[in-house]
Amino acid sequence: MLLASLPFYPLVSFLLLILFAKRLSWRLASAISVGAMALTALVSGLLVFELSNSSSHFISVDLWHWFSLSSQQRMAEVNVSFYLDGLSAVMISVVSGVGFLIHLFAAAYMKDDANFSRFMAYMNLFIVAMLILVLADNLVLLYLGWEGVGLCSFLLIGFWYQEQANVLAARKAFIVTRIGDTSMAIGLFWLFSSFGELNITAVSELIRGVGSSEIGFSLQESTDIYWIALLLLGGAVGKSAQLPLQTWLPDAMAGPTPVSALIHAATMVTAGVYLIARMHSVFLFAPEVMNYVAWLGAITLLLAGLAALAQTDIKRVLAYSTMSQIGYMMLALGAGAWSAGVFHLMTHAFFKALLFLTAGAVILALHHQQNIFKMGGLLKRLPFESALFVVGLICLMALPGTSGFFSKEAIIAELWLSTTAGPALWWCAIIGALLTSIYSCRLFFLAFLGNERFTEKLHIEKASLMRSALLILALLSLFGGLISLDLSEVFFKIKAEELISVNEPSWLHTIAIATPFVGILFSWFYFKNYRVDSNLEDGVKTNLTASEHRFAIFCRNGLGFDSLYDVLLIKPYQLLAKLNRRDFIDQTMMSTAWYVGLWHDVMTMIQNGNLRWYLAAFGLAIMTLIGVSIL
Amino acid sequence: MTTIPLFHVLVLSSLLFAIGFIGVVARKNTLFILMSLEVMLNAVGVAFIGAGSAWQQADGQVMFILILTLAAAEVAVGLALLIRMQKKYRSLDIDLLNEMRG
Repeated sequence: MLLASLPFYPLVSFLLLILFAKRLSWRLASAISVGAMALTALVSGLLVFELSNSSSHFISVDLWHWFSLSSQQRMAEVNVSFYLDGLSAVMISVVSGVGFLIHLFAAAYMKDDANFSRFMAYMNLFIVAMLILVLADNLVLLYLGWEGVGLCSFLLIGFWYQEQANVLAARKAFIVTRIGDTSMAIGLFWLFSSFGELNITAVSELIRGVGSSEIGFSLQESTDIYWIALLLLGGAVGKSAQLPLQTWLPDAMAGPTPVSALIHAATMVTAGVYLIARMHSVFLFAPEVMNYVAWLGAITLLLAGLAALAQTDIKRVLAYSTMSQIGYMMLALGAGAWSAGVFHLMTHAFFKALLFLTAGAVILALHHQQNIFKMGGLLKRLPFESALFVVGLICLMALPGTSGFFSKEAIIAELWLSTTAGPALWWCAIIGALLTSIYSCRLFFLAFLGNERFTEKLHIEKASLMRSALLILALLSLFGGLISLDLSEVFFKIKAEELISVNEPSWLHTIAIATPFVGILFSWFYFKNYRVDSNLEDGVKTNLTASEHRFAIFCRNGLGFDSLYDVLLIKPYQLLAKLNRRDFIDQTMMSTAWYVGLWHDVMTMIQNGNLRWYLAAFGLAIMTLIGVSIL
Repeated sequence: MTTIPLFHVLVLSSLLFAIGFIGVVARKNTLFILMSLEVMLNAVGVAFIGAGSAWQQADGQVMFILILTLAAAEVAVGLALLIRMQKKYRSLDIDLLNEMRG
């Protein structure tokens, strides 16, 4: 019963906030929204507790019948029902737990905004959609949540809609993810038409049953599975901002910072990872697609790491780092390291939310200055925020002992011997970790060390709401790695582990652990001018600027993907639209308008008020009439 | 006394009517328009008289008297309007009165 009510707390709060919008005071609006989230988080906690104590490894609840689908083979019932197992338990804890903390922060962060209650309403709606997505027991309901989070993301990126850049970013995010969503929808249709089932458990059991039996799949069925997996991957790629649909995420940073933290770092973008983990049975029987997933993840993590190295906007650095961390999750999923991927999803949610919120606090203190070349020396000025940012960064770099370490090492450890990954991808992951530590150091040096490159007085916010949210997130980031996830019940293995004949080289773990330190050491010397306070050395205030090298600019612009798509897709489309401007239907419509206009002109011309003119017309008409009747 | 054939009467009446109509349409001065209007009315009167004598009926003459009365009344009203117009516009140009155009 608790499970059934879970998405309704934020829903009720959303409705209240939307209905009474500006009539609510800040105190009341934040009490409603944050209270609803607190309740959701509490109930999620209870549910996870209940799940771990129950004998079966899942809880499910039927709310109501939605509709029935029929194909030639059989009928499928699509119900609104929720299904909670280990995987969705992780997700609801992350969504409601991190979501609660971010709401808490947002209530303080957005306090002075005129549309505060609209903002909180959208945030609540997002939580509703996300909970539906992760709790759905069938793919149609999952798709509902999937689209719901997309909508909320659009609404929140464009929250400050008076500025054109924000609206364009919102539109871009919506359209780019829509490409993935379309692919996913086709995947669902295909799945239903070839297996006649949309319930996730039923599909999984069906596929496992046939796949593990002696007969195996027919040729047709294995082709179907291949394409279904590929199309679902398309959906996941869109939502999780992986290559080739990654271009929307950096622009999505136009939204308010709590939104970036909640949606574009901690929860929504991991929906793709969740989808693949949820549908792992399908992917298991399409090893080629698993291999694509792994490669996609690896390439994304490298490219995003490179792009992050050249950014000047603090939020865009974090956005690219999100992309690269999701690349790790994808890599893990592709390698079949399901639990490691989901574990990284969870720890990443903690530390990335922390990083974004701290960045938000810093940006607020600097009067909405986001350029890291205009920061510097903040360690002394904002010690609290800086300390938390450091916590976030060491988790991101996966220094031993932090939560990021446990999850990232778990991923890297499984790569070498995986049948769908291998040593090449292992090296990609290691290089990615190196890049991660380098850009993290660069960010830290530029923003928090060196000389102060800002002139305004800092606006220091000491709201206890913000601070407590940040503090809890920091604790979670540090110690979240100690939470042991047992997802062995959820994830299915094709066959019992074979005895591994090739042993992995013994130096693997040493290298994996040493990599971040190498990165730090490298940046310590390479970014010396960022770190050292040049004021003290020569007394001349030197202004740091971002590198203007062509390659740096290329990286800063997201490795040219935007301009590539512009040339490849947008320009031809606009040309086509221009050519098609005078098409048949348009012409028909326009001719009606032209005709009416013509008659209007004729009529006004006749009605000239000239008496003699009227009389002449009158006489002419009579004469015509008589003439006609005589003839 | 020779009877005039009805056809001739009707031709005369039509000619008069046409002259009157052209006068109404072509003239700009409202006074002349009123006069042309009289011509038209009388053209109709001629047609009635001709028809009445052709069929030996009194109706034609009755109708003519009616038209005469109507014309008198019309001229009275028309001249009154003319005076107002002259006072207001200092002109009798009918084309000045086109304020009700569409």
